[in-house]
Amino acid sequence: MSTTTLDARASAKRRKTSLHSQRLWALWGSYAALAVFVVIFLVPPFYTVVTSLKSSAEISAQVGSPWMVNHPTLDNFWYLITYPNFQTYYLNSAMITAVTVVVSMTISVMAAFSLSRMGFWGSQTLSTGVFLTYLVPPSLLFIPLFQIVGMMGLINNLWCLALLYPTLAVPFCTWIMIGYFSSIPRELDEAALIDGASYIQILLKIFIPVAMPGIIAATIFAFTVAWGAFLYPLAYLYTSSQMVLTVGIISDLIRGDVFQWGKIMAACLLASLPPIVIYAFLMDYYVAGLTAGATKG
Amino acid sequence: MAEVSCRKVVKEYDGGVQAVKGIDLDIADHEFVVLVGPSGCGKSTTLRMIAGLEEITSGEIWIGGDVVNDVPPRDRDIAMVFQNYALYPHMSVFDNMAFGLKLRKFPKEEIKRRVDEAARILDIGMLLERKPRAVSGGQRQRVAMGRAIVRNPKVFLFDEPLSNLDAKLRVQMRTEIKKVHQTVKTTTVYVTHDQIEAMTLADRVVVMNHGIIEQVGSPAEVYHHPTSRFVAGFIGSPAMNFLPCHIEEAGGGGLSVRVNSAIQVAIPAERTARYMPFKGKEMVFGIRPEHLTQRKEEDRPGFEPLDLLVDVVEPMGMETMVHFFVDGAPICARLDPATNAEPEKMLGLTADMNQMHIMEKDTGKVIY
Repeated sequence: MSTTTLDARASAKRRKTSLHSQRLWALWGSYAALAVFVVIFLVPPFYTVVTSLKSSAEISAQVGSPWMVNHPTLDNFWYLITYPNFQTYYLNSAMITAVTVVVSMTISVMAAFSLSRMGFWGSQTLSTGVFLTYLVPPSLLFIPLFQIVGMMGLINNLWCLALLYPTLAVPFCTWIMIGYFSSIPRELDEAALIDGASYIQILLKIFIPVAMPGIIAATIFAFTVAWGAFLYPLAYLYTSSQMVLTVGIISDLIRGDVFQWGKIMAACLLASLPPIVIYAFLMDYYVAGLTAGATKG
Repeated sequence: MAEVSCRKVVKEYDGGVQAVKGIDLDIADHEFVVLVGPSGCGKSTTLRMIAGLEEITSGEIWIGGDVVNDVPPRDRDIAMVFQNYALYPHMSVFDNMAFGLKLRKFPKEEIKRRVDEAARILDIGMLLERKPRAVSGGQRQRVAMGRAIVRNPKVFLFDEPLSNLDAKLRVQMRTEIKKVHQTVKTTTVYVTHDQIEAMTLADRVVVMNHGIIEQVGSPAEVYHHPTSRFVAGFIGSPAMNFLPCHIEEAGGGGLSVRVNSAIQVAIPAERTARYMPFKGKEMVFGIRPEHLTQRKEEDRPGFEPLDLLVDVVEPMGMETMVHFFVDGAPICARLDPATNAEPEKMLGLTADMNQMHIMEKDTGKVIY
């Protein structure tokens, strides 16, 4: 009897030890893989920060380590902040992004609600169609879109972007929202219907508050699309007064074959500030929103 | 308060599948009617059609004297309690209960008065400021009922409201629901697959199967006088025992039930006329577990001896379930806990033939 017990204990201990060492290896493996990712992802921003703090002379001097700043300066930042063109680009980007986010989210939320909840004929096919449009790359679209924008007389007009960006943001945002709305139990809208709510009241009073994580995730996506788009402004805008940040930085700070690296890097950092702030505050919602949309409930 | 009527109501889904096959049902004002049946019998679809959440393929639904076929749910003046509560997660308990009244633009004081009154009836006054996630399952179900009560609707609809609760809470909430109905007396249609809920709550039970109504009657009626083998088997736990049999002539002009060469039990004299037309035909003999008792010395009229080999004994405290097999058919007897039944041993039983049922083999119709 006692021998059997001892054997069982020894076997349990062996199993535990083996499990413990397996977990240890798995943890070390995870840390190693994460370390590699951290290096890969953080080196470029680090180099951007380092370069933005250097004067043009220090950047072009071939002495010392390029990873170190010997004479840190905020001149590049000050130059940009007081540079009228940069202010215009920033303002233009902010305006276009705000309009894009509002337009895209209004369309997406209403489209997703009707596609996921109102159960009309063809809603399933339409849902798939919405997602398929997202798969068409902007580089294929910008030539036909040039024709359309030209016909509307909006070439070199900042507001053409407010028309174009939602074509990029709406399909994906709608897709996220369809996923999120589908995860909301159907009884909730049925209860609201019986309580006396109209469809628009169900959307405004029940779905939007309940689906806020999904809406925030979609909003962040629409913001990122509008703030970071490069191809369309490059193709359709050419004067400084109409330009946005992404193309403005390149066109203003690269003169001929002279790259003003310090100012370019400082401009990149300043341009990155809004997305960083938004992501930092809303990251939890963003992850929750994407996950809920993906698992459907 | 209102009556509810279904007239030849049919629900057919795409592909021609009929969930409800032309039911007729009249529910009186103040009545508590329970629709009961197995999964897929059409009970929830019927309820949802009354609520207006499902369109009717054909037929008419009347609420309070009006045909409501084309009336949207919000204008039917009904309130519904769902299985998963369907509380609005971002609103407090108070706001959940007040939502319907706010949409109908009731004055604030009236909303507060009604919510407080419902909270008092349901004993959830201390929860009004909490969000649904911060209250327990049973309390959520009370809130859902509160949301229905404050509207003071013509009809309450309950769609399996207790299915998500644990067994103990279910019994407690069952009593609560009955108490609420006794207080507010609103016409109620309640859907469940649990026949005990149906029996304990209902003024009348509607037993459904495969989209049709098998029987409508008081709990006692459907229990003691089922009209079909389905109802006889569905209502009652453990279920009624069924054995294929022949009706044979016994001595003295009487009849007996012949199950096999070893089992033959006499039919009480007062039922002879009833079963005489079925003499010699293949029928089904039905008897409830509580009508099989352990044999005692006294010999009462209509109590027939039956000796069976015990398969399994299940002591349950207040009673003991003893299981047998007769020609492969399972038989259960609900015996006194003091029984001496033992597996693999013969047990002398008495069948109370005054409570027996004879059914047609093909149609399942109970012979009365």
